[in-house]
Order: sequence, then C-alpha cells, then structure tokens
Amino acid sequence: MKLTCLSSGSGYQFPPCHILEDVCGFRILLDCPLDLSALSVFSPVPPDNDFVSDGKASYDSARDCFDKEQEIQKRQKIETPLHGKDLIHDELWYKTVKNLHLWDPSSIDVVLISSVMGMLGLPFLTRAEGFSAKIYATDAAARLARLMMEDLIAMNMEYQYFYGPRESGGPHWMRWEELELLRPELKKVVVGKDGTELGGWLPLYSSADVMDCMRKVQTLKYAETACYNGTLVLQPFSSGSEIGSCNWTIDGPKRNIAWLSCSIFASAHAMNFDYGALRGRDLVLYSDKQFLPLMDEVQSNDASSTIPSNDLSSLSRYCSADKDDWKELTESLLSTDEILEKEKMDFICSCILQSVQAGGSVVIPYNRLGILLQLLEMIPVLLESLAADVPIYVISSMAAELLAFTNVIPEWASKPRQEKMFSGEPMFSHVDLVNKRKLHVFSAIHSPELLTTWQEPCIIFAPHWSLRLGPVVHLLRRWSGDENSLLILEDGVDPDIALLPFKPLEMKVLQCSFLPERRLPKVDCMLKLLQPKILVLPDDLKEKLDFSNPSLDSFSVLYYTEGETLSLPSSPEGTLDLEIASVLAERFAWQNLGRQDVMYTRLEGELVMEQGKFRLLPGITSADSHPSKNKE
Amino acid sequence: MSINCLVLGAGQEVGKSCVVVTINGKRIMFDCGMHMGHHDDKRYPDFALIDGPLDCVIITHFHLDHIGALPYFTKEYSYNGPIYMTYPTKALAPLMLEDFMKVTVGRGGEEKFTTDDISECMKKVTLVDLKQTIQVDKDLQIRAYYAGHVLGAAMFYAKVGDASMVYTGDYNMTPDRHLGAAQIDRLELDLVISESTYATTVRDSRYAREREFLQAVHECVEGGGKVLVPTFALGRAQELFILLDDYWERMNLKVPIYFSSGLTKQANIYYKTFMSWTSQKIKDTYAMHNAFNFKHVVSSDRSVINTVGPCVLFATSGMLSGGLSLEAFKKWAPFEENLVTLPGYCVAGTIGHKLAAGKRTRIYVDSDSQIDVRCNIHQLAFSAHTDSKGIMDLLKFLSPKHVMLVHGERPSMFRLKDKIKSEMGIECDVPANGETVKIPCATLHVKARTSDAFVKSCQSSNFRLSRCSTSSGLVASTDPCSPLLVSDDRVGEAVLLLDQSKAKAMHQDELQFLMSVEEKP
Ligand SMILES: [Zn+2]
Ligand SMILES: [Zn+2]
Repeated sequence: MKLTCLSSGSGYQFPPCHILEDVCGFRILLDCPLDLSALSVFSPVPPDNDFVSDGKASYDSARDCFDKEQEIQKRQKIETPLHGKDLIHDELWYKTVKNLHLWDPSSIDVVLISSVMGMLGLPFLTRAEGFSAKIYATDAAARLARLMMEDLIAMNMEYQYFYGPRESGGPHWMRWEELELLRPELKKVVVGKDGTELGGWLPLYSSADVMDCMRKVQTLKYAETACYNGTLVLQPFSSGSEIGSCNWTIDGPKRNIAWLSCSIFASAHAMNFDYGALRGRDLVLYSDKQFLPLMDEVQSNDASSTIPSNDLSSLSRYCSADKDDWKELTESLLSTDEILEKEKMDFICSCILQSVQAGGSVVIPYNRLGILLQLLEMIPVLLESLAADVPIYVISSMAAELLAFTNVIPEWASKPRQEKMFSGEPMFSHVDLVNKRKLHVFSAIHSPELLTTWQEPCIIFAPHWSLRLGPVVHLLRRWSGDENSLLILEDGVDPDIALLPFKPLEMKVLQCSFLPERRLPKVDCMLKLLQPKILVLPDDLKEKLDFSNPSLDSFSVLYYTEGETLSLPSSPEGTLDLEIASVLAERFAWQNLGRQDVMYTRLEGELVMEQGKFRLLPGITSADSHPSKNKE
Repeated sequence: MSINCLVLGAGQEVGKSCVVVTINGKRIMFDCGMHMGHHDDKRYPDFALIDGPLDCVIITHFHLDHIGALPYFTKEYSYNGPIYMTYPTKALAPLMLEDFMKVTVGRGGEEKFTTDDISECMKKVTLVDLKQTIQVDKDLQIRAYYAGHVLGAAMFYAKVGDASMVYTGDYNMTPDRHLGAAQIDRLELDLVISESTYATTVRDSRYAREREFLQAVHECVEGGGKVLVPTFALGRAQELFILLDDYWERMNLKVPIYFSSGLTKQANIYYKTFMSWTSQKIKDTYAMHNAFNFKHVVSSDRSVINTVGPCVLFATSGMLSGGLSLEAFKKWAPFEENLVTLPGYCVAGTIGHKLAAGKRTRIYVDSDSQIDVRCNIHQLAFSAHTDSKGIMDLLKFLSPKHVMLVHGERPSMFRLKDKIKSEMGIECDVPANGETVKIPCATLHVKARTSDAFVKSCQSSNFRLSRCSTSSGLVASTDPCSPLLVSDDRVGEAVLLLDQSKAKAMHQDELQFLMSVEEKP
C-alpha cells in the first residue's frame, strides 16, 4: 500500500488531499477540495469604472515598456508596496489540487469525502473522461456541498457577465510573459512555491457539471456501512467539525484503516466527534495539520492536562470499553473545546457590538456554517440587551435554502440541539428571528425587497470569504472608508492580498481562527484509545511530536511529505479467514496425509468476496455437476 | 444454535405488540405495546414470562400498541438497559403517551404509569438513524430500515454471530401522501417476524380510494353538513391534512378544517423537522414550501362542536372510544347531512368497530345512553399497513429460512401462513400470546485459515467476476453491497488441510510439497 499526499492543504476551507494506492488492490482518493483562497490574486468586480480603466491602462503600459525597461520595472515592483492594480483583472479561474490532474481519472476506484470543503473540487473530476470511481460522502455534506457549489456558480456568473465571453486559448495572465510581470507575492499563489501549480487552474464548472457530480455520489448516514466491490467496507463517523463532516474507516480483508480528518471534540451545532468508533484499526492516517498548535503545549503546558498523567490505568480500562469511564473521559475532553470556542465567540460579539454602537455596520463573509448559526443566535441576544434596532441580513442566492436545511437535520446535530428539538423548539432560532422581522434573508444584493427594508447600521452575513465574489464585494466598497464599520474574516485568507482592492481601508478588520486548538492530552489519549499499529502523520509534526512517552510507543510512526509517495508496510499477520458453507463441509471427502492426525480434502464451490471476507458457497456449477463424495 | 421467540403480545391478534427474542444468548424485546381493547390485566403484555435479563429493547414506532407499555415496564421491572428507537419516534412517542394519559384520566380511569414515568423512560432512549449499524455490545448488532407506516417507523435487523433476523413492526409497501414505501437491503436471514394486519386483503389503487374520500367529504360540506374525522393525533391526521389542504387549494374551498388537539399542533412542528423521514416529493420541495405548513387547516377548541355551518373536524380518539371525537359524534351523528369517516382498522369493542360493522341504527355510547345514528359513514379504505401482496413481496425479497406472523386477525393469519408455505416453501409460525417458538438455525459455515498461495490464486485476475443481481424494487439498483462473485474455476486447485483439528485452506501445490516432506523419512 502507498500513500501520496497531493496537498497538505491549509486549514478548514482547503482540506488536505491524498491518494491511497493498492488498498486491497484499489486506488482511493481522499477528498477533492478547491483552493478558493487563491482567488485573491484576482481583482473583484464590479470595480468602479475608473478603477477598471486604471487597471487596464497600467497593464497596457506595462506591456509597452516590457522590453526596454524590464529591469527597472522589476525593481520597482519589489520596492513599491503591493497595490490593487497589481491584481489580475480577468475572468475568475479556480485553483484545483496540485498534481491531481496528473493522475489518470479512470485509475481511481473510490473517492471518499470528509467534509463539504473536501467536495468543492469534485465536479472537475467527475466530468473528466474515463472517470468511473465510486464516490462516498455523508448525506448532509453532499447536500450542503451542492448548495455551496450552486452559490459559487451564481456569484461567478456575475463576474463572467462583466468580463464578457471567455477568450479562446486561455486567459492572458497565464502566458509566461504575463506571469513574469506578476508581483512575486501573487506569482507565488498562481504558480506555487516551486512553480509547478499553474496546471491546476480551471474556469469554474457549470450547474450541469454539479448535477452530474451529485448523481454519482452515494450518500450515507453516519455509521452506515457501504461495501465497495464486496471487498472494502467503508463507514463514515462524525468528526464534529461541521454538519455532515466525517472520519472514515476502510476495512479490507487484510487491512483496517481509519482516516482522521479535521476533528473537533465538542461542537456547538454538529454531532460530536465519534472517535470510539475508530478503534481497532491497525493503520491510522491523520491528515489534519491542526495538530500543530497543540504541539507548542507539549513542552510548556503539560501540567494543565485534562487527564492526570498517572491515570493510565483508567485509560486502559476505558479502552476495554468500560462505559462509565468512557463517559467521564469524553466529558472532560469535550469541556475544553467548548470553553475555547465560547470565549472566541464572545470576543467577536463584543467587537460587533462596539461597531454598531458607534454607528458602523458589520460585514461577516461567513465560511463555516456553524459560525453563521452561532452568531445568528448570539447577536440578536446582544442587540436585545442594548435595545438597539439593528437589522441582520443574510444575503446569498442559497441563504433561504441553507437556513431551511439547518432545521430539518436533527440527525446530524449536536446533543444540545437535539434536546432543544425534542423539547419542541426549532433547533436553530433563526426561523423565529425571521418571523419577528429581526433577520432578513435575501437572495441578492439588488433584490427590491432588500432596498425597501435597508437600514444602516446593520449586520450582514454574505459570501464570499475570499472577498472576490458575491455581495461582500459591494458591501466592502460601501463601507471601506468608514472607520466605525467592521469586517470579520475567518482564517484562511491572506489579509494583505485579500484587502488590496478595498484600500485605503478605514474599516476595522478582525481576523480570527474558529477552530479550537487541540491540547496534547486529548490527542495523546485519543491515540491510546485507537491503539493503531501504524500511525501516519504529516511531516510538519516530525520535530514537534514526541513519542518517547512509554504509553505511546506501542505503534510505529510514519511521516508523509507533500508531493511525495510513502510506502506503507503490509500487515504483519496476513492470514485471511475463509468461511465454508456447511452444505459444502458436509460433502468433504477426507483423505489421510500419511500421518494419522493430518487429513485433507479438495475444496469446491463458488468463492465469494463479501463484506471483506472470503466465503465459499455452494455455487451452481459445483453443486450440480459434481454431486460429490466419490470425486477423487 | 437457535432463535427463541417468546410472544407476549400481538399473537393472533392486533394490540400490545411485544416479542422477546433470544438469539445466541442475547435477549431483545421488540416493541412494548398496550392493548386498547382491554381494561384489565390483558391490557399489558405478561412480562413475568420473560426468563432472563434483556440486552436491549427496540421500539419500532410511536403507536400505543407498540410503545404503550414501555413506561410501565421500565418502571415496574426496573429496566435500565438501552432502549432503541428512531428520532421521530422519540419525539412523538411522549406526545402519544401523554395524550393517552389525559384521555384515560379524563374518563376517570387509572393508568399504571404517570407522566413522570414517561419522561424517566424516555431518558433511557438511544437514538438510531436509518441504516446505521449499531453495535449494542460486542456480539449484538442492530440496524433500522425505513418502514413507511407512520413518521419514524422502522423495521429492525438484529444479528448475533451467524444468526440474524428482521422484526418488521408495522410497515407499508406503498408510498402515501407524506411517507415513502418500506425499504430494506437483501439480507441473509434466519427469521422474519412480520405484521399481518391485512393478511388476506389485496388493495387496489390508493389514488381511487383517496378520491372517494375527498368526494364524500366535498359532498357533505357542500350540502352544509359537518364532517367528523376521528383520528389518532399523529400519523394519519397529517396524511389527511396534506390530502385535504391540497384539495381545498385546488377546488378553492373555504369551509374551515379544524383540528382539536394541542398535540397535533406540536406534532406538526416535528413533522416539519423530520424531513428525511418523509416522502421523496416532500423532501424535494421543503425549501420552497414545507408541506406541513398547512393553509386551510387551523386549530380549534371544544366549542367547535356547537358552531353553525359546514366544517371538517379532526378529533381524537381515532376509534371513537373517547375524547372530543366521541363528544362530536354524539352531537352530530343524529343528523343525515353529516358525515363520519372511520379509520381502516378499529379494535373490537369500540364504537368505531360497531359502526364499521355497517348497521346504521341505535348505538349505545355508554352503558345507559344511546343515540340514533343517521349520518353518513365513510370507511377510509387506504391504510398505513401493507396488504397481503406487500407482505408476500417483502418475504419473497428477503427469503428468510423462517417466518413468524404477528399483529393480525387469527383466521386470515392462518390463511397467509398456508400461502407462505405453499408458494415459497418457507416454514411459518403463527404463535398465540404466551407461546414460545424455537427456531433452529444451522451453523452456516465452518471457518478455516488460508495460506498465502491460496489467497494469491484466488485473487488472480483471470477470474470471471460477476455481480449478484438485485432485481427487486425493494433496494436501489445501485446497491453497493451486492456481492462480487468470483466464479472460481480454480477453487478446484484448492485443498483443505486438517491438522490437529485446525483447518487451513491452501493451494494444491503446497499440499504436494507437504506430502513430499511427509514421505521423505
Ligand atoms: Zn402502527
Ligand atoms: Zn400496530
């Protein structure tokens, strides 16, 4: 078996992408994301007219003096600060996972999806010639992903409309002489650090591509079992990071794998991380770079562990599934995540409050659904306490559907949300807010209803977090000069480039990471629970992770590197069990093999691979044509 | 190895469904219902007959004949183990139970459990979603499948070691206005325990029956009459709401449609939430318009009985055994212009049952009062239960080694049993309450280790691969679990070696090598 890390990703919005080869003879692609942060190299539309002509002019002049003043030009670029004019003024293209296009689509047998974000690049793959892999995703993730793809297409359309019909022969910025002219900061995004990523850019897929893609996805519930080719038993389990996000177990005849993607112990809205279900796999592949922040605490913060380090006995006990201990430990694991997330949200809310109190408006280009839902609940409470009449708007082509969706999925929600539902309330209170006319949901920024209800200051949730697409662009243009207004950015964008088109910027910007950091004891403890034989980790962790801890040395650790292929050792005990149908066993004609206690018989029947097991069944041929005992 | 089934309820009758099944030592209680037709000890299953601790309780759906005895059982027998049910069942069951308490206590009756018992009991519930494989413990695995019937109804698969079975609960093989049809994977089963409410009835098109109902209702209100629809607050009510709401919209009718119970209001909220348990059509359109946001259906209180002019009233209880439906019946039944619709099935002893018998005459509503029934009676001919064709289809699809029928009427159950035996050649039992049926299950296979050479020869790419066909309409055609068949000519090259009672499958070359070694000394 081999593992190739195509991309180690960058956080929630661009999850890592891997290929597992020869898993019982099959090739599995783990996630198919899209690097939407790369959109920041483009200039957003609609720019105000002066701005555009300005931009075009600078391009033309740049091209004119290319030959004569190349050197000077280059030096100037380095010396002057990056300007909005330096961005690419052209139709948006989208950056897919580097090198994925080098793999023959027809050679992929299975695609596993861990999250909505891990699915956004999928329509590019499914429309490729020869693609015939079986795709598995959770039901909720697939439905959310469809909404996000449709929204992306709708926003992109506005952009395309502005730039007119697509030029043939590829966009001008992809020509090498144009790339040479790009500022190094931007060039790095376009072609990658090592200059190999230009091949990954594509114009966005169409609605038809998305429909076709969705048709090819087999959706599952958490803990539902799918069986690929009779050989691989696949199961998704909740990862806690978002509605429908999951970790996968891949069980074959000789190999049991758990693939851990970004996982969160306690989520305010999504079902909790179900790590207990991942136990008993001999190989654990951890693809989450978020492991990183916890490592700083290894050295400094060991004492604050949630579990006393001498309490190993209790750990091993709950590994043997002692329910009470299990519960206790789980609860302690959950609590810290909750506190961290709560503190962060409280801080954000206080900033929002300050802005509206000063008469400014707040723009929140939401990315994670969970953040949107939580803020939609916390903000109205705050406003109430102020007795301030500040409207909240959600503007997106998919907003209404998205919000409706969140209240019909109790099976994917966290325990507290479920309890709320069982007590007769809607899981999320936005329905109520809409009825009370405190929350307004619009499909577009130019919808007439919006104009009639419009009121400032206000709080607006709108896509897109790259700040290049969607209603957010218009809103930032409107308020960028207002020092009382506030923009809340999730991590994943480089603010230096993302904010360029809106400069000079008086507006306040708050950038924050919403992912709770994991503390070592948690991971430590989780690994003890999972008890893998082989642990596979991203190489970023090599220096930082210390496995000398005696409780952790029961397994071997391998590190993978982006862009490289790692061979994984095969299972040591390679015996497979064979189940022989009793009907066949009754017909065995035993013969002696010289020694008394050793006998043998010929086997016949139909060999079936089912649920990852060999089974010998009375086949049609063997049962009928060799009616038996006297054979041989 | 065997499966033991102790039938505590719904044996040769409908009511108090409860079967305790022991599979390879694991004891599971399927359903824990009450019998609405009895008011004595026979109201509850005879739990004293259970001969050991239960590993889990599984509830298939929220109807009282499947869950009504659960609060009593968990309290009285201090059951603290897991109770499995689906999300909608957990949401709706307490409403059913509490409403039932209210009706009983309202009639001056007494019940063996309290509201507190209900909430204590619901705390012990473990939720299941459809198709999730749930490991109850190391050996016992269960899985829920969509059953139609009512929101959240599920059939349950249980497996211990090699032995496995399905308990269907109540199910419907045809989709209705708000629910889809039952759906299950092709499973290898030793036993199927199936309901058989309509063991011998074959129903014709649902559409025609719905039209009959709508016409009857329409004629009545056009003539200025009142329509009484006695119904359970949950399930049938929501289905008929959708039907009428849609019809009212199309025909532009203004006559009010009332429902009386606060329970129904609460239930409608749940129906709006459990989208993934409804029919495909409702699922596809919920974002634009949630089908459970009714335009013409409004809530109302008891005063509605005395209002003037035509109306439609939905009221509990469903079989006219009490509640507002009985009150309205007393008031409205003596007038010819009015209409009473009856549910497809009424338990013997209820007024609904008497009316269904067809004599339009004087009816004793209490021991001392009687009324002249002059109104029209319309019997709803569409049901949330499968008909006999559906039962046969399911059994043919699953083709288990054994069938057991419960939840039906004795004579038709025996007729169906004969049919199952003769048409499918499957053993079938129809046990009475209190009986135990022992179902033998043969060891399905013997286990052997394999050698590498054996595996290698078996995985050789020369093999002809084919997929088992799953042609029936019961599973999606994309079923990934259909086994891949390796039609293996080379199994002929394999041998099984028995060395000190350890079996190992190997390639014949390996055996030859062994033999040569043996011969040498
Ligand atoms: Zn029922
Ligand atoms: Zn029933």
